Amino acid sequence: MSAYLIRRILYAIPILIGVNLLTFVLFFVVNSPDDIARSQLGDRRVTEEAIQTWKKSHGYHKPVVLNDNEEGFGKITQTIFFEKSIRLFLFDFGQSDSGRDIGHDISQRMWPSLAIALPTLLLGVLLNITFALLIAFFRATYIDFWGVIICVILLSVSTLFYIIGGQFLFSKLLHLVPISGYDTGIDAFKFLILPVIIGIIGGIGTGTRWYRTIFLEEIEKDYVRTARAKGLREGRVLFRHVLRNALIPILTGIVVLLPLLFMGSLITESFFGIPGLGSYTIEGIQRQDFAIVRAMVFLGSVLYIVGLLLTDISYALVDPRVSLR
Amino acid sequence: MYNIPKFLSKAALVGLVQLCCAAGDAQASWNNPYPQSDHASNVFFSSFRERPKHLDPARSYSSDEYVFVAQIYEPPLQYHYLERPYMLVPLVSDGMPSIRYVDAAGQETLHDLPSGQVAYTVYEFRVKQGVRYQPHPALATRDDGRYRFHDLGPGDLGDIHSLADFGFNGTRELTAEDFVYQIKRIADPRRHSPISGLMAQYIVGFDELRSSLERTLEDTSSDSFVDLRDYTLTGAEVLDRHTYRIRIQGKYPQFLFWQAMPFFAPMPWEAEKFYSQPGMAARNITLDWYPVGTGPFYLAENNPNLRMVMRRNPYFRGEAFPADGSPDDIGLGLLADAGRIMPFVDRAVYSLEKESIPRWNKFLQGYFDDSGIGSDSFDQAVTFTGQGEAVLTENMSERGMSLSTSVETSTYYMGFNMLDDVIGGDGDSARKLRRAISIAVDFEEFISIFANGRGVAAQGPVPPGIFGARSGEAGINPYVYDWVDGRPVRKSLEDALGLMIEAGYAGGIDQSSGESLSLHFEAVSRGPDDKARLNWMRKQFKKLGIQLIVRSTDYNRFREKMLKGTGEIFFWGWNADYPDPENFLFLLYGPNAKAKHNGENASNYQNPQFDRLFMEVKNMDNGPQRQALIDEMVDVARRDAPWIWGFHPKKFSLHHGWVHNIKPNTMANNTLKYIRIDPQLREASTAAWNQPVLWPVWIAAGLLGLSLIPAVVSYRRRERVTAR
Amino acid sequence: MLVLFWTDILIFLLVTLATLFALHASRREHLRAPWREVARSGVAMSALVVLLVYVGIGLLDSIHYRPLSHHAENAAETRYSGEALSVFDKLVSGLRERSEKTYSAPFALHLYSRETVEGSDGTRSRQYPRLFHGGAHLSNPDDRNMDIASIAFGAGIKATAAWGLICLILAVVMGRRNGVRVRSSLRAMFVQRNAVNWRAMLVTLLVVMIVAWAALALSGYYHILGTDKVGDDVFYQALKSIRTGLVIGTLTTLVMLPLAVVLGLMAGYFGRWVDDVIQYLYTTLNSIPSVLLIAAAILMLQVYLDNHAAEFASVAERADLRLLFLCLILGVTSWTGLCRYLRAESLKLREVDYVQSARALGAGHFAIIGRHILPNVMHIVLITVVLDFSGLVLAEAVLSYVQIGVDPTTHSWGNMINSARLEMAREPIVWWSLAAAFIFMFSLVLAANLFSDAVRDAFDPRLRSR
Repeated sequence: MSAYLIRRILYAIPILIGVNLLTFVLFFVVNSPDDIARSQLGDRRVTEEAIQTWKKSHGYHKPVVLNDNEEGFGKITQTIFFEKSIRLFLFDFGQSDSGRDIGHDISQRMWPSLAIALPTLLLGVLLNITFALLIAFFRATYIDFWGVIICVILLSVSTLFYIIGGQFLFSKLLHLVPISGYDTGIDAFKFLILPVIIGIIGGIGTGTRWYRTIFLEEIEKDYVRTARAKGLREGRVLFRHVLRNALIPILTGIVVLLPLLFMGSLITESFFGIPGLGSYTIEGIQRQDFAIVRAMVFLGSVLYIVGLLLTDISYALVDPRVSLR
Repeated sequence: MYNIPKFLSKAALVGLVQLCCAAGDAQASWNNPYPQSDHASNVFFSSFRERPKHLDPARSYSSDEYVFVAQIYEPPLQYHYLERPYMLVPLVSDGMPSIRYVDAAGQETLHDLPSGQVAYTVYEFRVKQGVRYQPHPALATRDDGRYRFHDLGPGDLGDIHSLADFGFNGTRELTAEDFVYQIKRIADPRRHSPISGLMAQYIVGFDELRSSLERTLEDTSSDSFVDLRDYTLTGAEVLDRHTYRIRIQGKYPQFLFWQAMPFFAPMPWEAEKFYSQPGMAARNITLDWYPVGTGPFYLAENNPNLRMVMRRNPYFRGEAFPADGSPDDIGLGLLADAGRIMPFVDRAVYSLEKESIPRWNKFLQGYFDDSGIGSDSFDQAVTFTGQGEAVLTENMSERGMSLSTSVETSTYYMGFNMLDDVIGGDGDSARKLRRAISIAVDFEEFISIFANGRGVAAQGPVPPGIFGARSGEAGINPYVYDWVDGRPVRKSLEDALGLMIEAGYAGGIDQSSGESLSLHFEAVSRGPDDKARLNWMRKQFKKLGIQLIVRSTDYNRFREKMLKGTGEIFFWGWNADYPDPENFLFLLYGPNAKAKHNGENASNYQNPQFDRLFMEVKNMDNGPQRQALIDEMVDVARRDAPWIWGFHPKKFSLHHGWVHNIKPNTMANNTLKYIRIDPQLREASTAAWNQPVLWPVWIAAGLLGLSLIPAVVSYRRRERVTAR
Repeated sequence: MLVLFWTDILIFLLVTLATLFALHASRREHLRAPWREVARSGVAMSALVVLLVYVGIGLLDSIHYRPLSHHAENAAETRYSGEALSVFDKLVSGLRERSEKTYSAPFALHLYSRETVEGSDGTRSRQYPRLFHGGAHLSNPDDRNMDIASIAFGAGIKATAAWGLICLILAVVMGRRNGVRVRSSLRAMFVQRNAVNWRAMLVTLLVVMIVAWAALALSGYYHILGTDKVGDDVFYQALKSIRTGLVIGTLTTLVMLPLAVVLGLMAGYFGRWVDDVIQYLYTTLNSIPSVLLIAAAILMLQVYLDNHAAEFASVAERADLRLLFLCLILGVTSWTGLCRYLRAESLKLREVDYVQSARALGAGHFAIIGRHILPNVMHIVLITVVLDFSGLVLAEAVLSYVQIGVDPTTHSWGNMINSARLEMAREPIVWWSLAAAFIFMFSLVLAANLFSDAVRDAFDPRLRSR
């Protein structure tokens, strides 16, 4: 087990290097260090000299990936890429181009992201399982047919409509919740209701349909037939046998998502003015703050890899036949 | 696992209980984004769209930063809140500074000299006595008088996450030294001050200071404290505790306007010392984020990801509301508070609100006191509201909202790149083509569609309200407008088509090559409104048979094209630094050309006559002579038509009935102190406007319950069937 | 003069491929059987009718040409206008050309905002001006509702008549083929259940025809979905957006398929270092937020376009290239999922008897992949393609919201929604752009989802066993 873990962690390093390099190339193909300096210094009355000073003080004056003026290792180490990447691997994100400490910002902003993503996920899964069980119970009846159709209808609506419509209905017309914003502590509750509800509704279609397939697959299995043949009532069969066994694929499917919850949702967060990591990423892109973009991509890939790892482990935990070598 | 339905019903019960609890609190508006108690107290609520990048006065140079910076830092001068045209009055300066001119021979005089004869100008500022800084840990002292937090060890910052965690604050009196210190900070290369290049041209000894600082910084780490008091700046000297003197090269009357901007606000050296200590930057405790000022407010909560809160500075000296204003101001009730001590509000809460829909709706619900429109981007202003006087509907006036407008000191123009082969250059054909386009692009329509009528079509570079702009028939651009029945009327399309024929592009076909003429428009993707605007732009050129090709890019690419001079037609704007025609005419001055000299003349216009006149007009004092020369310059520019003189937006301020003393002022930024709030009215109004509407919820819940009945019935039936 | 845009070429290539596949499938029983199951499903067939209507509009909108220039009519040489039009534009040219000054509500006779109007006596007043085109034929504004009703009713009658004709022709054709009389073949279509669910198709067709006919008839006199900020007809924009939606939904898969299929099969079949490299590739790509990848790619394209400005003379060409590029990059970000499935599947198939024996007989690797493995994973490919389609149409809207979608000058639902955000904040609100985008997008996505559900149910062996 531990050997497996170590191997997987070592395997993550080339992936992270690849991600980092790709981000770098993509960003610097379109933005020269001059562009970065200019967007930080603003437009008015900026002199060439000011740009050079800025680049120098933020470490953007060196060549991007390869330094021809240096000898030996200096060719690689004396570059923006090397200097900015090496600290990243130690989770030292440094300062954003506008001068704020990124690690500090991330540690502040991940909680609002989590506050939305976690309830959305948990309540959503609970609701989806309930609906899927209901539909599975009534399989091959009109409830099944219309249930699936309703799911398809729900997932055919763009998220944007849910958000715009939800804000319009609940906040503007009915005055039930604040339109947007966030607060810390218990006050956050009223701000979270709407995004969480919208997130759940937006996910019902896909989720319920998926879980329904899993349940149906389980129902067809022999042991369920046997149980039913023994005279167990349908509801009992569903809850006792089907649900319990179907939970394995459901939970392992969710585990991969858990770490990514920290990253937040780009659209929801910016529409509801929630200061999470999703809106942080969007902000970084829009302001062309390379330091933020790089840090967020790095964090995202680390969390993704952790998610994959957790999935493997959870498989091993729930299914004794799978062993991690 | 068998208990899931039970669990669900429990969850539903808990939800219901919560709902009932909230309902029991009848007066509370559920959608109030603030703690209920806040809404009833003397607090001003507003929003900000972009988190400010810099709150360091040496660095900050945009209106979304000035929203905060200008309330906290106080430069020597300010603009009068009510008087128009804009007028400078003292702020922390004790009276206006005295000005002396020194000629080449070293003779000092108080009289005005022609600019050619002035070698130096000397400004002497007297600082008001008894002005004190806001409470701040950098100024906190121990009993023995030494500063409490100036030599912190590595472990001392353990529990400190923001400024409030230090626990001790102090203050001290403002001295002349602090002003000089700030001027030196502008020269400090680490501050990246946007005006350091400009000031190097004027302030004596500025370059020397800069290079000696650069030398010092090469040896020391960039975060360490460099005491600027140890460095001399020959052009800025302290005479005594309350007097300092600035010496600039030649004559530069606009220098006084800069003295009303936060760049020249005082900065105590203690602040730099305090913030330069190790560990501060990693906690985001920097001067860029935690200002130290003498103004009426100080920054109490600094969370640019969520909200910024300013509180009344307990050590503020008190300033009286201006007593002089125009008769109109009296009519509008703007002088009701004359002579009363400002500021009026105890706190100001600015919430981050990126999206326009929530912002506008919160304003309508009464949770923002003003509609929070910055002057930087006109596009943004349009996007919020889509309101003009036409749209301040009866419903809105009934709610007591009011709207005030004034023409901004900005101009938005469509520039032709004068370096371009087709559209640019001094040739007669190109000039006629430009004029034809100027007629065809109907900016009156643009204003009515995209600005809801909030703007005036420009007749030249200088906006109305600034010296040099003329009104009435004398002010129209005769190449584009006719004066008919007492108002300017755009020339007809036939005139434009005629000009096209004269230019050799009859019907949009190049007569020499037979090709149809297509031009490029360099667009910047800004937001959802783009598409409509670009479509409109294409329609305008189509009128002349010209195909307009939109090259839409991001802002960096656009800027690069402008820098290289490879663009063709573009849309840009300029927001005045100060109310002087020089600040607009220099946008057309040849040596300021963007492509060659990296200046602000984006269309790279160069006309020797214009350039010669500009040098004369630049440093001249306002008077008939200056007016005549400006008229001449404007006429030259109109004839050459390097720009389509787009429009000057109108600043409008939409605010609720409980907000008093609002007068749009496009120059002054320190306006928060004038605002007075009536919290009781706000409390009552918002409560009335935001009664939660619950019946649809009950109906929905009822329907859901009803739909369960057939499900339960068929559940039973099914159970029976399978059990058999 | 015919103009070929890149996306046009690819669309017709795709249509050709789809036709070839259909011909291929119709000759093989094991491929025909699942399709027959799809054809029996009423929901799927109704959805298919709706999809075909969309595809028809999209295809018409993909044949571009340059019309003769107006100025050149009397010139000696023929000269073409710089702007390319599509056949669809020509068909609805009225819609395209009848533009107003600014916003007007659906079926409105007046503008949505007041304007200062100068009366004949020189007095000025603020009022809602009449539209240039919307309801311009009415002399008395009060007649509007009657007029709308009568036009819609007339269109409904005509549509029903045309539909009846179609039914009759179909019955004759079918009757002749099956050797029965028209009457019994009609009955077979509507009453009996036969191999193809004609009843569902024809009923849907009737509804679609009535709605379309009425909409077209009315749009000649009114702006049935209002006008936008610069006065362009919203109905026209929504129709034009269909092509964009279809292009993104289909071309993306065209881009993604070769990548996913080749790499996925190779990884599974060869294993070892090939597998490692390919796994590394997709894990790396997957772990970068796709928004960022797309943003960077779009910006790169802009840089390219700016440096080669001369080669892309017209707006349409630039917009088309951006659309194509968006498909490419969406393809690059979305191939990983399918690739992973295919890898797992071919990993299993590699060990199957007949593959083993083929290898023992000395068949080449690529022959084995092509002959034995690929045909056995085609159902997965097909299911993924149909399932991805609707997701991609929805993704376009979100990308436009983040400013990295299609060109702002391209008509697309995403762009419509994006500008509608601002309109929702107006007072009184302008809701019709959003509503139009919603209706058009929703019906396409819903139809696609319902159809793809049926396809999946038919093809997925696990589900088929039920």
